[in-house]
Amino acid sequence: MGAGRLYVAVALGGFRRYATYKAATAAGVFTNTVFGLILVYTYKALWDLKPHLGGYDQAQAVTYVWLGQAFLSTLAISGGGVEDELMERIRTGDVAIDLYRPADLQLWWLSADLGRAFFQLLGRGVVPFVFGALVFPAYLPTDPGTWAAFLLAVLLAMLVGFGIRYLVALSAFWLLDGTGVSQMTWLLGYFCSGMLLPLNVFPGALGTVVRALPWSSLLQAPADILLGHGDLLRTYLFQGAWAVVLLGGGRLLQSVATRRVVVQGG
Amino acid sequence: MAGVRAYGLIAGMWIRSTMAYRASFAMTTFGSFAATFFDFVAIMLMFSRVRALGGWTLPEVAFLYGLSAVSFGLADLVIGSMDRLGRRLRDGTLDALLVRPAPILAQVAADRFALRRLGRVTQGSLVLGWALTRLDVDWSVGRLLLMPVALLAGCGIFCAVFVAGAAFQFVAQDAAEVQNAFTYGGTTLLQYPPTVFGRELVRGVTFVLPLAFVNWLPASYILGRPYPLDLPGWVAWTTPLVAAGCCALAGLAWRAGLRSYRSTGS
Repeated sequence: MGAGRLYVAVALGGFRRYATYKAATAAGVFTNTVFGLILVYTYKALWDLKPHLGGYDQAQAVTYVWLGQAFLSTLAISGGGVEDELMERIRTGDVAIDLYRPADLQLWWLSADLGRAFFQLLGRGVVPFVFGALVFPAYLPTDPGTWAAFLLAVLLAMLVGFGIRYLVALSAFWLLDGTGVSQMTWLLGYFCSGMLLPLNVFPGALGTVVRALPWSSLLQAPADILLGHGDLLRTYLFQGAWAVVLLGGGRLLQSVATRRVVVQGG
Repeated sequence: MAGVRAYGLIAGMWIRSTMAYRASFAMTTFGSFAATFFDFVAIMLMFSRVRALGGWTLPEVAFLYGLSAVSFGLADLVIGSMDRLGRRLRDGTLDALLVRPAPILAQVAADRFALRRLGRVTQGSLVLGWALTRLDVDWSVGRLLLMPVALLAGCGIFCAVFVAGAAFQFVAQDAAEVQNAFTYGGTTLLQYPPTVFGRELVRGVTFVLPLAFVNWLPASYILGRPYPLDLPGWVAWTTPLVAAGCCALAGLAWRAGLRSYRSTGS
């Protein structure tokens, strides 16, 4: 019970920490809205020509765009989660202090990242989404059950997103400078999560591959549920399986890494 | 021209420093190449489903993309480090630049000069080259001459946006991300044909923040396509004037920003 309280406190701390920077949040909202505007016009042009592309109609495509903008920082799809800080702590050796704490390293950072993600969802995600839904004809389900199911998928997406980024962060135990790996991961993630184009629009074999990768749990899976696409249970199972694999892999890598940790400096 | 000399010296120093880690340089240059490569892959995927977007074919859109990416890439290479100014303002290290006998703008622009940004320029050039082999342009002396003029003037316009963004950081502090909406957002917007976007947006980008002069107007002239706002063809030739005007305004904004600077601390 006591341990549970600790992680809740860490998560709340993560939430409050990001909530401190109000001007930065407002700037992020503005930037996400501008990118959403650009994307929504290109999608509208695309769906004007192919009204049922990827099984979405135009209103659903509009919703998809604004969901993507809402999730970009929430799920740290192009970086910006807690992994940067963890990598820096590994590089400088400060991670020794984390390991010394009577808390599990992975759960500690997962809690901090969930706190951050919830803040980003409320602070940076909601406003662009509402703006998009008001200004453009968007598809919004009226059934509260769909929204509840969607929120569960978002939570699973947060776990998968952290699972990927935690593995990237741990690579710093071997590489020390994880800049290259994290850059490659976010490039791949941005493309494979469907931030540029919904994954169900990807043609042929490429479409099949990207839909099987963990990144499709981030944006595509919750979007499919909100837009009434795909089987609910199968989507959850897919996301859950990737969450288990990635977090389990993280745990394994963590135990290998901490056994060989060498603290830099004196 | 003390500024140019100072810029050259500082940039040269950073290049030598980068070359101390050649493998890291190679990887990050590739990363810079790949970052924008995926943008173009997404456009190609769109065209795997449709033959034209907003009435523009793939080679025509690639032409827009190439002009925008090369102009922006050059500006980003020359002056892109300016978005680090926010950090210098926060931690007070701008003071160190103020006491040096060289123009502040040159010092800030050359700060952490990143040669890896050539990756973006290379990717844009390849797309532009490919577009030129595929396009059936009725080349005249004027059209041929407008190409380099547009690239250089486009670079000038984006440089002005970077400088104005840096000037804005003196006021905005934490809200530095807003400038991403105009720099990265701007180049993303210009990758798509003007016919895709709403009329108000095109008007704004032509008359208020004249990003349209980077590629939309020159490309319309070279490809012999009508511009959505019914502007006469010769307007494309005002691009250098527009760039000069933008740079002058950005310079004024920079002076105003620098004058309002108060160092952090006591």
